[in-house]
Amino acid sequence: MRQTIRVKVNGVERENAVEPRLLLVHYLRETLNLTGTHVGCDTGQCGACTVQVNGEAIKSCMMLAVQANGSEITTVEGLASGGAYHPIQQAFWDLHGLQCGFCTPGMMMAAVGILKRNPNPTDAEIREQLEGNLCRCTGYQNIVAAVQSAAAAMREAGVTQPAQVHSGAAGE
Amino acid sequence: MAVTRLFGASVKRREDPRLITGRGSYTDDIKLPGMVYMAILRSPFGHARINRIDTAAARRHPGVHAVYTAEDLEGKVNPMPCVWLLPDSDIKNPDFPVLAKGTTRFTGDAVAAVVADDPYVARDALDLIEVDYDSLPAVVDEVQAMQEGAPQLHEIAPNNVNFHWKFATGDAATALRDAEVTIKQRFIQQRLVPNAMETRGAVASWNPGSEELLLYVTSQNPHIARFVFSLVNGIPENKIRVISRDVGGGFGSKIDFYGGDALTIFASQQLGRPVKWIEDRRENFVATIHGRAQTHDAEMSATRDGKITGLKVTSYANMGAYVTSGPGPGVPTWLFALIVPGCYTIPNYACDVYGVFTNTTPTSAYRGAGRPEAAYLIERMVDLLSDELGMDPVEVRRKNFIPADAFPYTTAGTLLYDSGNYQGTLDKLLEMIDYEGFKREQAQARDQGRYLGLGLSTYVEVCGLAPSKAAGAMGFQGGLWENATVRMLASGKVVVLTGTSPHGQGEETTFAQIVAEDLGVPVEDVDVVHGDTGAISMGWGTYGSRTTAVGGTAIRLANLKIIEKAKKLAAHRLEASAEDIAFDQGRFYVKGSPQKAETIQNIALHANLAWDLPEGMTPGLEEQSFHDPTNFTFPFGAHACVVEVDAETGEVKINRYIAVDDVGVVINPMIVDGQVHGGVAQGIGQALYEHAIYDDTGNLITGSMLDYTVPNATQIPFIETERTETPCPHNFTGAKGVGETGTIASSQAVVNAVVDALTPLGIRHIDMPLRPERVWRAMEAAKAGQANGQTGQ
Repeated sequence: MRQTIRVKVNGVERENAVEPRLLLVHYLRETLNLTGTHVGCDTGQCGACTVQVNGEAIKSCMMLAVQANGSEITTVEGLASGGAYHPIQQAFWDLHGLQCGFCTPGMMMAAVGILKRNPNPTDAEIREQLEGNLCRCTGYQNIVAAVQSAAAAMREAGVTQPAQVHSGAAGE
Repeated sequence: MAVTRLFGASVKRREDPRLITGRGSYTDDIKLPGMVYMAILRSPFGHARINRIDTAAARRHPGVHAVYTAEDLEGKVNPMPCVWLLPDSDIKNPDFPVLAKGTTRFTGDAVAAVVADDPYVARDALDLIEVDYDSLPAVVDEVQAMQEGAPQLHEIAPNNVNFHWKFATGDAATALRDAEVTIKQRFIQQRLVPNAMETRGAVASWNPGSEELLLYVTSQNPHIARFVFSLVNGIPENKIRVISRDVGGGFGSKIDFYGGDALTIFASQQLGRPVKWIEDRRENFVATIHGRAQTHDAEMSATRDGKITGLKVTSYANMGAYVTSGPGPGVPTWLFALIVPGCYTIPNYACDVYGVFTNTTPTSAYRGAGRPEAAYLIERMVDLLSDELGMDPVEVRRKNFIPADAFPYTTAGTLLYDSGNYQGTLDKLLEMIDYEGFKREQAQARDQGRYLGLGLSTYVEVCGLAPSKAAGAMGFQGGLWENATVRMLASGKVVVLTGTSPHGQGEETTFAQIVAEDLGVPVEDVDVVHGDTGAISMGWGTYGSRTTAVGGTAIRLANLKIIEKAKKLAAHRLEASAEDIAFDQGRFYVKGSPQKAETIQNIALHANLAWDLPEGMTPGLEEQSFHDPTNFTFPFGAHACVVEVDAETGEVKINRYIAVDDVGVVINPMIVDGQVHGGVAQGIGQALYEHAIYDDTGNLITGSMLDYTVPNATQIPFIETERTETPCPHNFTGAKGVGETGTIASSQAVVNAVVDALTPLGIRHIDMPLRPERVWRAMEAAKAGQANGQTGQ
């Protein structure tokens, strides 16, 4: 009963026969070996599995792989481009926006989504819009600072879209 | 050794590039050839008898390799051992079997396991296992469990008493009897679920030919895992390699060792292929340890002018259904009782602790582990005393602080506090918060019917867990020393091996700073290896804010040995005697002639080539050190929280949170601030949001992130941080540790603030978590004139 799906993940075309019940996060992690996207809960609360599907930040544990058929997906492995970090990655590094790093990929993908909708958010807006992403280490303070810093860098560079994917980060 | 360039620098973290690009290697990221997947069937009952388990359908299911129940483990897998045997107590440790035998004692007790080709199939097969249970009466509350007639968990523990442990200095009973003033309060330390973002799990790979086990496990202490699983699974310790590279948070919950890991090892041995087991979050909620879950009855005596004369505590500690294979019994006893007297000179002190079995998930160390409970108790009592005496809480604290010139100071908890200046951190805090200004603002707010409050917490913690002698005296079945190897390669690059096991605390960076500082090499040239028992000979792991204080000191001692040897080789090459050689910022030269120098990198090259070594020198430039400190460390500080309580809804809003901490010498301020932020967030989580609740049958009704509030970004305020720096006098880094500070300091600051806000209503205490409904009820009851002490739900 497998169904064939075609998706473009981090810029690379993929075609796989998957079980209809396979979650998108497991397709990314197990089928494509893109293990940067993490599973932190099973109820859609924690946001560790956040990726972008057709430019929207979504929780990949709340979507079936077959529902993603035909879409373009960006995971954390596809954030950097041309050998340079995405501004959100740079800011998380510069401002100590991560500790154990487990929530970080999802947090960054959600943050990129926020900045796409609102390139100049207030701290309160960032906090509100990160509500769906939990972090147990940082107390969020440096995450908020990192998102602000990335926002400023992206405004300066005139980047309004999240970085497009590049090859070499597409898993196996 | 000069503390110059790199100490105190906010060097960006060395661990981040792999983590921000999705290239970390957490346990669930490990894939080995031929790997199969295990899932565990867990009891849905708080207490039940197992009449029969039918696994036939599960075994027949396509893709299933094996199904295991308790009888399959007989003689092959031992029960999980208790690793903290309290001396001078009557501790009773019932076997904690890896799979339940005949009786399940908590929701989540493991009953059977399935191994299959894929995790989905393993879950399908769990549904095909039929278990015939008879549910039994359950008890979940630690006080009720000790009552006559309560359901009994273990035959060997009458009245469900796991242990009764006592501690006393002076004569608290007499002090209380003869006191001018006494106060009394019961405090509930509600049960918390650690909720590291990465759940627990393991990948076990048994090689039937070499009879070696490779175990990837998400652990805070892989070397102890090697030892414990050698005992549980009967594999010689030298045939086990444990790897815990990237660990997605622990907060104490990954100190313990778990039956699921032992089962994964067993399955791999049985099947001769790698097996992976990863908890889902629901499983993590019931199968991984919980924290706190204690009830404290406290009495304090004082003079009318505010001098504390005595303190008596009776504690009921909910141990859950079994004693865990971890620090469980040490948490509510040694790690709590000794530090209850806090920053204060209290001459008479007594503490009685009952460890109690209940039909709940076992409890153990959760960030701070005993010390947050202690700091909460004493800081709430000091505020209650201030209220009773009509004195300012600042004044009462001042009157009772251990004076700055009294250190080292032996407390009523018999701890030897190394160094401190409690008044100093409090003064700094009061200045930052403009204490007098706040009082005026509060008076105005009260005139307007608004509930504005300020809470203080002046805390001290016992951290830097060591020395081993103390561990032995406390009954901890392990040591607390540390081990480090510093290895200079021929190219001048440095490899550091540490027996600590950081998992987010950033020691890949902090330790690189220590080595770069001491050896004068670029920080980028230093690589820190942790979490691999195949590479690192021994170590006791990361917990108790010990990593930098104990592990960092071990590294400095190895650095010293490196410099000593390198200096001899430099002298040989410079044709001088070693006594005439100076070492500065990575260069050896004859004193007075700095222009002609040998770099440490060149010395490393020639030490490794060994073409021309001085007489008697061995090749290579690699040194190992073992370090066992002479004392704990005692970080301290003063925190303040300003809240406004909504008059209509009882909702608590934090307007300001300030942390002034003294954690000794700070190596990386950015990382230290980050530890404080995260710690405070967890303390605020306990104060305002988090609560694991069981119903009377032992069902965890807050069993997922849907029902249990892990605070999100809108629920944690901006945290202002400031520091004073009082070096630890007895270790070589001067660092005291910062991993637990925030959590130990913060819950009581929030609760003190809320109670202060509600003083006009005559409210003296509300138990955590201070959710709107609970606060609102207390306010309503107070308004109705019913407020008399305990006003929790």
